[in-house]
Amino acid sequence: MSAVVSPIREPLVNGGKTYHQITEDICSPTERAPSPMWIAAFIVAVACLGFGVASILWTIWQGIGTWDLNRTIGWGWDITNFVWWVGIGHAGTLISAILLLFRQKWRTGVNRAAEAMTIFAVICAALFPGIHMGRIWLAFFIFPYPNTRGPLWVNFNSPLLWDVFAISTYFTVSLLFWYTGLVPDFATVRDRAKGFRKKVYNFLSFGWTGKAKHWQRWEALSLILAGLATPLVLSVHTIVSFDFATSVIPGWHTTIFPPYFVAGAIFSGFAMVQTLMLITRKVLKLEDYITVAHIESMNKVILLTGTIVGVAYLTELFIAWYSGYVYEQFAFYNRAMGIYWWSYVGMMACNVLSPQIFWFKKARRSIFVTFFMSIFVNIGMWFERFVIIATTLARDYLPSSWSYYTPTWVEIGIYVGTLGIFFTLYLIFVRVAPVVAIAEIKSILKSAGDQYTGPNAQKHHEENKH
Amino acid sequence: MSKNTEVLYGLYNDEEILLDALRNANKKGIEVMEVYTPFPVHGLDDVLGLSESRLHIAGFVYGILGTMTAFGVMTWIFTRDWPIIFGGKPYFSAPAFIPITFELTVLFACVGMVVTFYTICGMGPGITNPVLDDRITDDKFCIAFNVNDASNEDINGLKSFFKETGAEEINTKTI
Repeated sequence: MSAVVSPIREPLVNGGKTYHQITEDICSPTERAPSPMWIAAFIVAVACLGFGVASILWTIWQGIGTWDLNRTIGWGWDITNFVWWVGIGHAGTLISAILLLFRQKWRTGVNRAAEAMTIFAVICAALFPGIHMGRIWLAFFIFPYPNTRGPLWVNFNSPLLWDVFAISTYFTVSLLFWYTGLVPDFATVRDRAKGFRKKVYNFLSFGWTGKAKHWQRWEALSLILAGLATPLVLSVHTIVSFDFATSVIPGWHTTIFPPYFVAGAIFSGFAMVQTLMLITRKVLKLEDYITVAHIESMNKVILLTGTIVGVAYLTELFIAWYSGYVYEQFAFYNRAMGIYWWSYVGMMACNVLSPQIFWFKKARRSIFVTFFMSIFVNIGMWFERFVIIATTLARDYLPSSWSYYTPTWVEIGIYVGTLGIFFTLYLIFVRVAPVVAIAEIKSILKSAGDQYTGPNAQKHHEENKH
Repeated sequence: MSKNTEVLYGLYNDEEILLDALRNANKKGIEVMEVYTPFPVHGLDDVLGLSESRLHIAGFVYGILGTMTAFGVMTWIFTRDWPIIFGGKPYFSAPAFIPITFELTVLFACVGMVVTFYTICGMGPGITNPVLDDRITDDKFCIAFNVNDASNEDINGLKSFFKETGAEEINTKTI
């Protein structure tokens, strides 16, 4: 073997795998009957989904009045959840696109599942503006198509319309990117399958055979899609932040929003990836592919982005004071000390303070700490959006219209429903598709497998020689 | 498929052995029909003399098309078809057109390139291409020769080439 041996770099594939073992380990979960744990999780997820569908139907039947929105607080849980889900949907493309451009090899262990998560999160996100329109059967009005009303066009100057374009583009591109990566792996599953399964995977694999020229084009395509997806992923949350930043509400009308939203999105997205990956690697026995080294790398990203978000919170406070603008000052005083002070505390504690634990290597490499932190971060990021939306709206320019907002069961139901949609789709995904990118893991085996790198490499290498 | 091809193929266990075998074939001037691998093998393009993919040029063209479509349509709508004043801004408010122009550039480039990729590779939903061996997508690296018009002598020569270069298995198949 001519592979370079490096005893210093940490291996990304453990267990001295061969190519065949990789195929076996990653494909076999899709070939086994579902475990009782999977079935139990699926039933819970579908039950949540069902509750969500019922709540959505109730909203559509009765109208938006079933939510506790009022004249002052026009955006509540719906837009909070929308921004939260879009944010979660950022990690997948970041991992697969930006880390591909940076040639980060640890990407290969988690990119498949993270991209799947992205797609499911964007589906959940897109649901909220759809229902919030009130008359969902007219939702196609948001697209600029020639019509008999003039033709009356949509407002291309509106950030809400930019959102339509950003999110639909993001969804399409993520889906294509993800599926193109899946095609060779579906072919692997196809070639192991028999009978009806073979037919299904034959359809899904698009007739992939693994020709040298096809691999070359496939790599070229992946690289260019990554190059395009990188600015795209940054643009999506930037445009979501424009929904707030281009308005004239104190606390929203700030130029810091785009970078601050993007950092927050990556932060929450990685946290959700951690939550899912820690469970997936355990249940599907993929600890050799999604290693502690992967978890540590992601925790470093969480620490960095969490700290960026923290700096953004403090900058907002400083600028509010320094601007000398009383409305801005009041908005931030109200966030920290007003009626929703508890959500501000939750946000600060979960997003800024708790991730600092990852300065310690022991914590970064602890599965227990990582799991709890990932949940904290997602709670914190939900609070962040709630703080920005509800707190700001509840205390507007006119004290006579100040109000308070609590969600109704319908709004909670829709939120639970999106969690149901998300987990239902994810659970189906782990049953149907290879959760780790098989071909990509094989291609890094000789540079990142533990036979070739890490403390045991030299030993393996000597053994192979004799 | 118009005509069936008689294929003689050898399976190798490792990409290093495959690359050495291909260099050997190049030296001997043996014409390789196709190489199949379970994952992208680096260095394969050079050994096979494959020219660089031109997919990125296609992507650029689709992208420009998206840019012009988005910017052109928005400009036409807001200056000619139905001019409306929003917030006292000019009809032609270019900065506000940038986000959608950017999104459509990316969308056109991605969709166009993906469609082009599947079309030129002869792949797509419902398409089945002949598979030489089920293990090629698992852990075997395959060199295939077209032996439609080959004499017995040629075939024996190719077989000894496979043996020399360390192929694990040698098979024939009509595809």
